[in-house]
Amino acid sequence: MSTHSRWEAVIGLEIHAQLATKSKIFSGAATTFGAEPNAQACAVDLGLPGVLPVLNAEAVHMAALFGLAIDAEVALESTFDRKNYFYPDLPKGYQISQLAQPIVNGGQVVITLGEGEAAEQKTVRVTRAHLEEDAGKSLHEVFAGMTGIDLNRAGTPLIEIVSEPDMRSAVEAVAYARKVHAIVQYLGICDGNMQEGSFRVDANVSVRPKGQISLGTRTEVKNVNSFRFLERAILFEIERQIELIEDGGTVQQQTRLYDPDKDETRMMRTKEAADDYRYFPDPDLLPVVIEPATLAIWRDSLPELPDAKARRYQSEYGLTPYDAAVLTSSKETAAYFEQTLAALADRLPDQVADAKLCANWVTGAIAAQLNKTGLAIGDSPVTAPSLALLLVRIVDNTLSNKLAREVFEAMWAGEGEPDAIIDARGLKQITDSSAIEALVDAILAENPDKVAEYRSGKDKLFGFFVGQAMKAAGGKANPQQLNEILQARLGPPGEQA
Amino acid sequence: MSLYKQSLAELRFGLDTRQFSARELTEAFLARVGTHDAVLNSFISRVPEAALLAADQADVRIAAGEKAPLLGIPYAHKDIFCTQGVRTTCGSKMLGDWVAPYDATVHQRLNAAGAVMLGKTNMDEFAMGSSNENSAFGAVKNPWDHAAVPGGSSGGSAAAVAARLVPWATGTDTGGSIRQPAAYCGVTGIKPTYGRVSRYGMIAYASSLDQGGVLAPSAADCAIGLQAMAGHDPRDSTSAAQPVPDYSADLNQSLAGLRIGVPRQWFTAGLDATVAARIEDALRVFEQQGAIRVDIDLPDAELALAAYYLIAPAEASSNLSRFDGVRFGYRCAEPRDLMDLYERSRSEGFGSEVKRRILIGTYALSAGYYDAFYGRAQRARRQVAENFAAAFAQCDVIAGPVAPTVAFDLGAHASDPATMYLEDIYTIPVNLAGLPGMSIPVGFSGLRPVGMQLIGAPFTEARLLATAHQYQQQTDWHLRMPAAYEEGSV
Repeated sequence: MSTHSRWEAVIGLEIHAQLATKSKIFSGAATTFGAEPNAQACAVDLGLPGVLPVLNAEAVHMAALFGLAIDAEVALESTFDRKNYFYPDLPKGYQISQLAQPIVNGGQVVITLGEGEAAEQKTVRVTRAHLEEDAGKSLHEVFAGMTGIDLNRAGTPLIEIVSEPDMRSAVEAVAYARKVHAIVQYLGICDGNMQEGSFRVDANVSVRPKGQISLGTRTEVKNVNSFRFLERAILFEIERQIELIEDGGTVQQQTRLYDPDKDETRMMRTKEAADDYRYFPDPDLLPVVIEPATLAIWRDSLPELPDAKARRYQSEYGLTPYDAAVLTSSKETAAYFEQTLAALADRLPDQVADAKLCANWVTGAIAAQLNKTGLAIGDSPVTAPSLALLLVRIVDNTLSNKLAREVFEAMWAGEGEPDAIIDARGLKQITDSSAIEALVDAILAENPDKVAEYRSGKDKLFGFFVGQAMKAAGGKANPQQLNEILQARLGPPGEQA
Repeated sequence: MSLYKQSLAELRFGLDTRQFSARELTEAFLARVGTHDAVLNSFISRVPEAALLAADQADVRIAAGEKAPLLGIPYAHKDIFCTQGVRTTCGSKMLGDWVAPYDATVHQRLNAAGAVMLGKTNMDEFAMGSSNENSAFGAVKNPWDHAAVPGGSSGGSAAAVAARLVPWATGTDTGGSIRQPAAYCGVTGIKPTYGRVSRYGMIAYASSLDQGGVLAPSAADCAIGLQAMAGHDPRDSTSAAQPVPDYSADLNQSLAGLRIGVPRQWFTAGLDATVAARIEDALRVFEQQGAIRVDIDLPDAELALAAYYLIAPAEASSNLSRFDGVRFGYRCAEPRDLMDLYERSRSEGFGSEVKRRILIGTYALSAGYYDAFYGRAQRARRQVAENFAAAFAQCDVIAGPVAPTVAFDLGAHASDPATMYLEDIYTIPVNLAGLPGMSIPVGFSGLRPVGMQLIGAPFTEARLLATAHQYQQQTDWHLRMPAAYEEGSV
């Protein structure tokens, strides 16, 4: 990118989130994923002659919750329109959607960029979010020379969340998508499963010379079914567009598909002539009216959302903004952290549970292992109560941090609870002062010349003595005590030459 | 008296007093269908075996003492209502052999009421037409004059009732499709307020205008049929939650003091003189019963016509998109690819009037034309509704012609759709405003019947039916039937 530093990317996302209703948006058919093809498609979903849609009130409730969660205006009256186009997996020849009066207008999502002390926040504006029905699926690979149509997904409720083109890098786009993903999961309105298509992200990407106000021609990148692929796809597309322009070409308005195997995007269709969907108000459906009193009840029912939770973690537990953001980045991570903290408090009723310690372990060792193994935190082999047992042994000085790491690795490998591992491996920390003094005295007696050097001013040798003593202790001496005793025995460096 | 001439109330009495059984009644009407329909062509499908089975079940219920107005009484469905087990063609090759896997709400209600369906009646394809000539199953003849059309789109139902092949029939009315064929065939028809009868399972033409209703010899018969069909349906979001009054109980309301509004703009050069004269005759009968004639203004009929022929085709173009050859209905032979499948299935499956309206509607909704066409049509529609609201400040019921002429000759307008569209100029505004409307027979022009239209404010079906019934207490136009269909005639 350094050679491209005079270019700026402009990215907006369209996110389709399937709502976690039991039945479809306009019929009573179930929405469960993975049923036999067409087993969950009733007469309405099949678009049979004569059938009519009836709006699922729960879908309205969920869409409104999303609007409230991002501080948007939830429309007290919204309407459904028909988007007309022919496609085999679109049974009626039109999709029921919301064009003129969507249920959610405006709103914003705050994202955290950078790490640790350098972390900063950015606000991404949401243009709108509207209710619509999902289409079915075309199965091109199953039948030779023919296409199968599975309408199980047809009529599954969606909210399409459209952002402003506020993002300037793939990293920002991923941070925004992850934040929206977190919000819908906190709200319980979407299962967030990207592999099953419950949460789908399309990216509108353009580039322009830095400082230019007007936008470049954009392409729409589809078929991105993980956050990692979203980042790869956007990075590829930015590079492709810059190279194209620098080679004297122009970007065409296109829809492009991301191919994760080749890590590239390729053209699906051009959009030179805008599609004419002949939108008009759906005469089968009445306007969706939400009473202000209902909306107020829904607002009061909102769960604690990531931003509020992060603020509470900072004020209540003294966590850094970055740690708070990481811990609240998903509902499951926050739950894991809170369960660990609660279990620790249960074990140590006489003291204030060390939230910082919990945070360090969840964002450190746990996160590293999850990252390495690709597991979700809900599937962590080290559960929150087990982690708390380990932290108890750190707090009560049974384990040094180093020993705790070793116990943690054993826990992750399935060797059992911390106390059993400590016993089995003999890892109990030595905290008896006289035992440590004996160790230290023995080391000093064995190395009179090093002691002399130290005392003549070579203070770096302090680490040598620590290492030797710890080695003699089998790594189990309490590091803090060892330090104190060594310092007391040696005295300040260079004083007694 | 012969069974086929009896009113629904008389048939009820005969069944309940065991003068005849539902099976005997059904056999009698099936025999009439068998005798006459080869010429009339009012049925697309007949279901004699299922009808006799239903009749036998009704006889069991009657024997058990059950009292229900339509129990054991035959009727016919316009072939637009989905009926499980019996094909529903909508008058189209597209659905020539399509059997719905579910029942329309109206059909469920009539089944529960014990009504006996004899078959499904002919209609203009997808309810688009005013003559029944746009049917893939051939034109229907007007029983009063076989050279004339029966009107449309519910032409099969109107002809079957006029010839007394069934005691009553269902219909649907998007721009006049119950009232105009009722007028042309000399029977009584009611299109209720939009939302009064569920549209679930009624194949959509123009969803914001379509409404199911009844064709029968008399207003009293219509009251009984409508009673069974009307009511809220949770499966139709546009169906009305209002309770349904007892239409039969209200029939004897006096006309004294009833203000009947007569739109000046409807009695102009475009209206046939004989039709105008018969309506004036009928208005005098109302006045003799104490009704007060009020001349009112009801402008913008031409505007309504233009608006209708944008809104209805626009909705139709979308509603008929599902007929794509993929999941059900007609599919062309040996499609080369997806586009070929779409193009040929639709080109071969739809008739010319349906294709014309799909094209008009597609054009009207196109980007860049939406505001000029669809948007303006919606504004005109609001204007039409406001005109009616203003008129109903001055009167209780509006009376006027149903159509500018009596039934025209078969083939007369075949090459001139715009003239055909004018047949609907008095009926269309009622659909645009969502109001209830009726057609009642008020005399003849030569061999061909003349119909009078009665229009009410929303949900005043009871008053309309009572107004028509009071007129029919003083006249016998509704009791007349074409001589060729009398029993014993050759």
